[in-house]
Amino acid sequence: MIIVFALFLLTLLVITALAIVQTTNLFVAVMLTSIFSLLMASNFFILDAADVALTEAAVGAGITTVIFLAALMLTTEHEKPHLSRRKLNTVVITILASLIIYATFDKPRLGDPDAPVHQHLAPWYLEKTPEYMDFPNVVTAILGSFRGYDTLGEVFVVFAACIGVLFILGVKPPEGSTYNPYRSGLKHHLIPQVVGRLLIPFLVLFGLYVQFHGEYSPGGGFQAGALIASAIILYALLEGEAAALRAVPRSVLLGLVIGGATLYGGVGVVCILMGGNFLEYTVLLDNPVAAQQTGIILIEAGVGMAVCGALLSIFHAFAARPMRV
Amino acid sequence: MDLTPHLPALQVIVPMLSAPLIVLLKPRGLAWAGATAVALLSFAVALNMAIAISDGAHYRYDMGGWAAPYGIELSVGAFSSLILLIVTGAAATALLAGRASIDSQIEPDRQPMFYAAWLLALAGLAGIAVSADAFNIFVFMEISSLASYVLIAGGPNRRALPAVFKYLVMGTIGATFYLIGVGLVYMMTGTLNLADMEARVGAVDDINPILVAAGFITIGLALKAAVFPLHVWLPNAYTHSPHMVTVFLAACATKVAIYVLIRFDFFVFQSNFDWHGSHFSSFLMPLGLLGILVASAVAMFEGHIKRLLAMSSVAQIGYIILGASFVTQDGLTASAAHLFNHALAKGGLFLAIAALACHYDDLRLDRLAGAARSMPWTSAALAICGFSLVGVPGTAGFISKWLLIDAALDQGPFAWLLVLIILASSLMALAYVWRIVETLYKKPAVVQPSSAGEAPLELLLITWLIALANIGFGLFPQFPLNLASAAAELLMGHAL
Repeated sequence: MIIVFALFLLTLLVITALAIVQTTNLFVAVMLTSIFSLLMASNFFILDAADVALTEAAVGAGITTVIFLAALMLTTEHEKPHLSRRKLNTVVITILASLIIYATFDKPRLGDPDAPVHQHLAPWYLEKTPEYMDFPNVVTAILGSFRGYDTLGEVFVVFAACIGVLFILGVKPPEGSTYNPYRSGLKHHLIPQVVGRLLIPFLVLFGLYVQFHGEYSPGGGFQAGALIASAIILYALLEGEAAALRAVPRSVLLGLVIGGATLYGGVGVVCILMGGNFLEYTVLLDNPVAAQQTGIILIEAGVGMAVCGALLSIFHAFAARPMRV
Repeated sequence: MDLTPHLPALQVIVPMLSAPLIVLLKPRGLAWAGATAVALLSFAVALNMAIAISDGAHYRYDMGGWAAPYGIELSVGAFSSLILLIVTGAAATALLAGRASIDSQIEPDRQPMFYAAWLLALAGLAGIAVSADAFNIFVFMEISSLASYVLIAGGPNRRALPAVFKYLVMGTIGATFYLIGVGLVYMMTGTLNLADMEARVGAVDDINPILVAAGFITIGLALKAAVFPLHVWLPNAYTHSPHMVTVFLAACATKVAIYVLIRFDFFVFQSNFDWHGSHFSSFLMPLGLLGILVASAVAMFEGHIKRLLAMSSVAQIGYIILGASFVTQDGLTASAAHLFNHALAKGGLFLAIAALACHYDDLRLDRLAGAARSMPWTSAALAICGFSLVGVPGTAGFISKWLLIDAALDQGPFAWLLVLIILASSLMALAYVWRIVETLYKKPAVVQPSSAGEAPLELLLITWLIALANIGFGLFPQFPLNLASAAAELLMGHAL
């Protein structure tokens, strides 16, 4: 039964992807990418990858769509037609797609217990996580500790994106008649007001749950940061951008990004100072298991702060740029 | 406390963790001072490791204390050490020399973010060079790419924006191809550690996914490295970026991608499949040769001095790829040496151009006529680095060209053709460098410079330091050559 549903979702995924390529209306394309991400999240969920599904839903379907829409407000809705290279593009993409499909002919069967990915590293992670960390979510153990250096890198990718957007959009816009669509928000629309206000506290609460329960259930800093950021963006859309900035000013946001990234890196440096390798949490406390847990909780907090601050900074950078009329 | 075992990690985390703090340094000049200090420290770390490695050391580091393949391993040998020297050296010299140039191109209130992006680019490139883990390389590729897009788009020239958008799209495709390849290899081997991959790829029965992976990884990295004909993003990105960013990125960004390409190929694929070596050469040798010829020819007729040198970079990447495609000890030594020497020559040239840009707003070649009269020192340094680029005896460029010709002579019946192409392209390089020198020295001035006199002193001093290094490493090439031949030995040790 589940396989039928998975096939159904995958078919929808292909149709959505084709529709994204076909459409010249950028608004439609953005909405379709959001649907694409949602379908992808469902697929991940069917494959039992709950952590990835949560990330895809929060970041791909949620925040990215909002940022795309904010960017669309500054440009136009219609793609300029340029058909000259269309044929070449189709040929290249067809070749690449057939190559990838060709490569999957020798792929181990889905869920095959003898597949190399299930035989080599995974058993070690499954066996050692209870011993070294003593909590059930192996994904958090891998992301936070075994491959914590990659996660640190990802936090700095988010940081680089954040300062990149602030740096490039920080140029003073040209003078002239301008209009900021975010100024008043949706104050005069009753239904979004009522529903939105009900949603915001639950979103924040859910974000905090995902943050602090990451060792036991799917989730962690990335997803929590995205959820809390989306709650505040919702507030900005309802009450106007200025109200959101009064609640959480820009300096606080930048402080969150810098503080989060520095907290993560700082934990690693403390490990060196206490005689371990970089990010070797085991040396933090006398009890190595408690030390691993402390380290992971601290770095997850850093991830959550950095992601939340970065996403909101990027949103405000777009929203603050007035539309030229 | 002894920090020596931590050097590979410090190489990356010092610039990376400083970046957020640099954003906070708002007062004028402080962000520059902080970034420069960090870049110099990184260079010191790289030099320290390079000296130990030329004495036969090899650095390994287990991130988080987890042994490979379960955790992420860093590994610095001769090849990565050479790359680290280039990356940190370019970042530090450009910052030391570039304060005036950057001040004139970036508004003061945006500078802290600019320097933070600079350190992130440095950390990303260094992170790629020290890593021994295929996925970790991808993560740091993302950091360095994002940061370099920001740096290139940062200047006052609005034409940088479409150029950087093209770079962004192509760079993302390149990185995605690499990731698809790594994903396929992971699917068949269940590991991400390069050494572990090397050990396990040979045991894979169904070889097709590995073949496709090799293709995706090679093409993705070739796109990032601007190997002809995948170089179309490069000329405009280098031309319109702030001058100091061109110095930094032209010296090292594409070279790191070449490094990953060669390293991945030799460590994982060549060490397991005896037919892969001939695939590798028959794919990359024509591309290298075509790149050398076409890009040199285009450079001969290019009107903008920065785009001219950017096209010449594409040709030089061709030399590096050509040397690697021989799959011999000599060829790889020539490639590795050329990585280093080209960084010296091109870095020096772009420094001299940044100096010219202090007084000339328009850098089209015909507008620069007669510049040598008001800026004799800058022009002389530019000429020296230019001759090193051509490969005039006595300069660093000569050493690697000579090694390359020497390696080409072993290439069977068509060796004469290879040598002929290398010589012809050197003549073409002489033609375009001579065109610059002639314009600066011989032609009557068309435009009066916006202000008379030389470039700022620190810029001039650093430019001359690099120009003299071009001569110095031409006369006494032992140190880079030792590293280069050790790097080649390391790579050939993995090839079957």
